[in-house]
Amino acid sequence: MINEPKILLNSTKANLIIRRFALQIIESHKDYQNTAIIGLQPRGILLAKSIHNELLKLGADVLYGEVDHTFFRDDIGRGGFHIPKPSNVNFSTENKNIIVVDDVLFTGRSVRAAIDAIMSFGRPKCVELMVLVDRRFQRELPIKPDYTGVTIDSRNTNDFVKVEWENDNQVQVWLLEDKK
Amino acid sequence: MNQGELNHLLGIKGLTASQIHTIFDTADNFLNLLQAPVKKTPALRDITIANLFFENSTRTRVSFELAEKRLGADIINFSSSSSSVKKGETLIDTVNNILSMKVDMIVMRHPAPGACMFLAKNVKSQIINAGDGTHEHPTQALLDAFSIKNKLGSLDGKKVVIVGDIKHSRVALSNIYSLQLLGAEVMVCGPATLIPKYINQLGVKVSHNLDEALAWCDVANMLRIQLERQDQRFFPSLNEYTNLYGLTMDRLNKLDKEICIMHPGPINRGVEISSEVADSKQSIILQQVENGVAVRMAVLFLLAQHKL
Repeated sequence: MINEPKILLNSTKANLIIRRFALQIIESHKDYQNTAIIGLQPRGILLAKSIHNELLKLGADVLYGEVDHTFFRDDIGRGGFHIPKPSNVNFSTENKNIIVVDDVLFTGRSVRAAIDAIMSFGRPKCVELMVLVDRRFQRELPIKPDYTGVTIDSRNTNDFVKVEWENDNQVQVWLLEDKK
Repeated sequence: MNQGELNHLLGIKGLTASQIHTIFDTADNFLNLLQAPVKKTPALRDITIANLFFENSTRTRVSFELAEKRLGADIINFSSSSSSVKKGETLIDTVNNILSMKVDMIVMRHPAPGACMFLAKNVKSQIINAGDGTHEHPTQALLDAFSIKNKLGSLDGKKVVIVGDIKHSRVALSNIYSLQLLGAEVMVCGPATLIPKYINQLGVKVSHNLDEALAWCDVANMLRIQLERQDQRFFPSLNEYTNLYGLTMDRLNKLDKEICIMHPGPINRGVEISSEVADSKQSIILQQVENGVAVRMAVLFLLAQHKL
């Protein structure tokens, strides 16, 4: 049973966060010519594209890529059926500052797999993590975001965070709480 | 392809177009991975695969082995010439002995048609057919169709002629099934003695004239004459076969279009295809080999998800 969805971020707040992310990247990556943002398939890429567009508006032409982590998951053959989405990294990640972008950070396992996927394109100088929503009490691996939009403290694993994109650029985030 | 739908790959017959498209989409992603500096994934790191080859193979065995290694699987290679099969052990006993060492998947090539189906019914393991006699060679058909799709964009409405020894070819049968499933038209071409009598029941066109067949097609898949499977003479001489059915540059130059040339290998240069054609820019023979690894990785990856 699910309670009435609770809005975590409306589109105005979400757009502010996207703009803040872009400014933070410029601030902390002075040499942003050597920086790349990589969106995680399937849902991280819309956020990554929005941040990349903001960066371009601000004159920061950082590299952009998309990565699918399916082949690097740790649960192949343990139930579930995973079909990969395309990866699109048209540059070497060798010695680059990489910012991995995803919508929701939950157990950390997808991010762990994504880092392995990124490593197959070269050895980055550093990898940072940027997420719109951090469910910080649900981690199964020692992974922590460097840039966070909003943090929620739900301890119920059945609670669900729904990120809704409209026209690929307007985003709203909902929390669907499990009644138990 | 949904979970539980497919536990083995025994042949193309029985697959759906949707399952083949899932394999192709996955193979596309593996093809990208194979272009990356690090070409490996650990996806099948806790899976052990036995490659059982009861018949000679170079390309298919190496391709499967590379696909398995790229996926991080543990592998065992077995060939009948150096095994207890020579001492009279049955197929089921051989395989069950290997499986008792906690092997998860079997890739098997066997001279008897239906051997993989027999094994799938009698042992508890996932089976991938790497060629069973004159029956099917599903991964070759998948990589052939995948190569045509990558070259021409789609198979829908494309005309493909399969030339040569259709009677003894497992590649031909699997190709007919897969190409038709994906919307292509298929013609077989060769001497009447090397074309099965009732092949038109599969809905394919038949021609005994290579020039006519080439004028009709968008793609020509040239097959090898399988002398090892021929227990009688099916044509007067190899020279005569080459004159009538060998693909030469002269023949290609007579066409008013550029067709795509394929060959599953091994090539007998100067017999079914001239060196000039095999090495021409119209030939996608080496791309077939490259695509083979990605397609086999896709098949292994998708089947492995049904392990539990």
